[in-house]
Amino acid sequence: MVSEKRMLKADNIDAYYGNLQVLWKISVEIKVGEIVAIIGSNGSGKSTFLNVISGVIHPPRGSILFEGTDITSMDPFQIVGLGISQVPEGRRIFPDMTVFENLRIGSYSRRARSKREENFERVYRLFPVLKERRNQIAKTLSGGERQMMAIGSALMSDPKLLLLDEMSLGLSPLVVNELYRALKEIRSRGITIIFVEQNVRRTLTEAERVYILETGRVVLSGNAETLREEEKVKKAYFGTH
Amino acid sequence: MHEFIAGLGSPLIMGILLGGLYAVIALGLSLVFGVMRLINVAHGDLVIFGSYFAYLIVTLTGIDPVLSLVAGIPVLFLIGFAIQKFLMARAFKQSMEAPLIIAFGISLVLENAYQIIFSPMSRGISTSYSMKSFIFGGIYIPIVYVLNFIVALLVMVSLHAFLKRTYLGQAIIAASQDAVAAQLMGINTPRIFAFTFGIAGTTAAVAGVFLGLTFPFTPISGISFLIIAFGVVILGGLGSVLGTFIGGIILGLAQTLGAHFFGSAAQMLILDIMVLVILAVRPQGLFGR
Repeated sequence: MVSEKRMLKADNIDAYYGNLQVLWKISVEIKVGEIVAIIGSNGSGKSTFLNVISGVIHPPRGSILFEGTDITSMDPFQIVGLGISQVPEGRRIFPDMTVFENLRIGSYSRRARSKREENFERVYRLFPVLKERRNQIAKTLSGGERQMMAIGSALMSDPKLLLLDEMSLGLSPLVVNELYRALKEIRSRGITIIFVEQNVRRTLTEAERVYILETGRVVLSGNAETLREEEKVKKAYFGTH
Repeated sequence: MHEFIAGLGSPLIMGILLGGLYAVIALGLSLVFGVMRLINVAHGDLVIFGSYFAYLIVTLTGIDPVLSLVAGIPVLFLIGFAIQKFLMARAFKQSMEAPLIIAFGISLVLENAYQIIFSPMSRGISTSYSMKSFIFGGIYIPIVYVLNFIVALLVMVSLHAFLKRTYLGQAIIAASQDAVAAQLMGINTPRIFAFTFGIAGTTAAVAGVFLGLTFPFTPISGISFLIIAFGVVILGGLGSVLGTFIGGIILGLAQTLGAHFFGSAAQMLILDIMVLVILAVRPQGLFGR
């Protein structure tokens, strides 16, 4: 499933919020078909990194290549058009639109419009509850349903690379299982996934490769399986869980 | 008693019809505020631009002012689009207040331009029908008032359909609810904002023509209508085309009924009291979210 072809390469990214530097020399490489996790506690810069990839933040130093194209200073809408879609932190959705309208607006980019009906089918099959509630106003959905809809909207943009920011935050283990099941399904369609989490233990079982961020720097990276055994990780993180 | 009720007929009907015009005037203000959170204090002056533009074309060519919208709509769309793209977009990046100050500046420039070009003399757009009235159940109803209402309905229905059923319209709604999430859906939010301002301009063009047919206007009329538009938006709540329409009708009725019961001088007072009451009881407006 994982090819040797490179999908994304971030090289020495420095990023700022205003005058505050939050990322230092972040270098990450993702291959087509992989599922990679970026783990870190609050303030480690993981959301910032996703926002840099999505073009919401532009790094003053460093570069990002997607399928060979330099996307470092592109606008967010262009990056979506190329095939990168982010499910942002906090389950940001359009609260006063219906589920159907939320999903539909996901297919806004030109590339995604022609595949709209096809993707609607897929999303409804992946998350049947969304089909049931398609005429419901989004803000009345439960946390888990909202997260599913957020993922669904991102899928409507027909992405090659899906970014997920703290998908399981605040959700029950049952719902989280549902979501990871969906991620497996999404992967089986050939979509590459980067997901960002605080929950270390679960992440190490779901990802293939992992980068660990601490205060804006990559401190550890490697195979999830290998890291599971890593003494360092056990001590530092498993204790707090 | 019968006379009392019969006497109410005229202000009731006139208030509702007038409300339609007020709603169209307010629409552009509502749109820009709903999508970009900007109170465009130049909006009244843009509506008056529509009035002067139509006046000019009618005076020069003699065609019906409604036909002048063929030129008026694109011109005002471009003006609105340009204001957002070249002025406001930069101002938003500076600070929260900068766009408001720019809007104020635009208002001053426009009012002075009108004064220089057209002189402070009050103008009106007249046609063969602008002075005529229907008689309906013993009440005189100016044709223009009925026309205003019909146009208001058309504009509201079209705008609602556009927002609900087109990708562009849905993008505008999305951007108004969460601009960053909208970007992540692939929406070019800067262009959407410019487009929204352009649409506000087109509603100003339409409002301007019918305002010019209904009332006399001067270079500084923009402010009076801005205040009315503001009242409509507060009453009707944001993000609702229907709300703006109902808000307009309520304000129109408040004015005509206020004049009926308390005399002309009390019209604006009644209006303002209504606005205050709504703000106190339901600040998000009648239909706001």
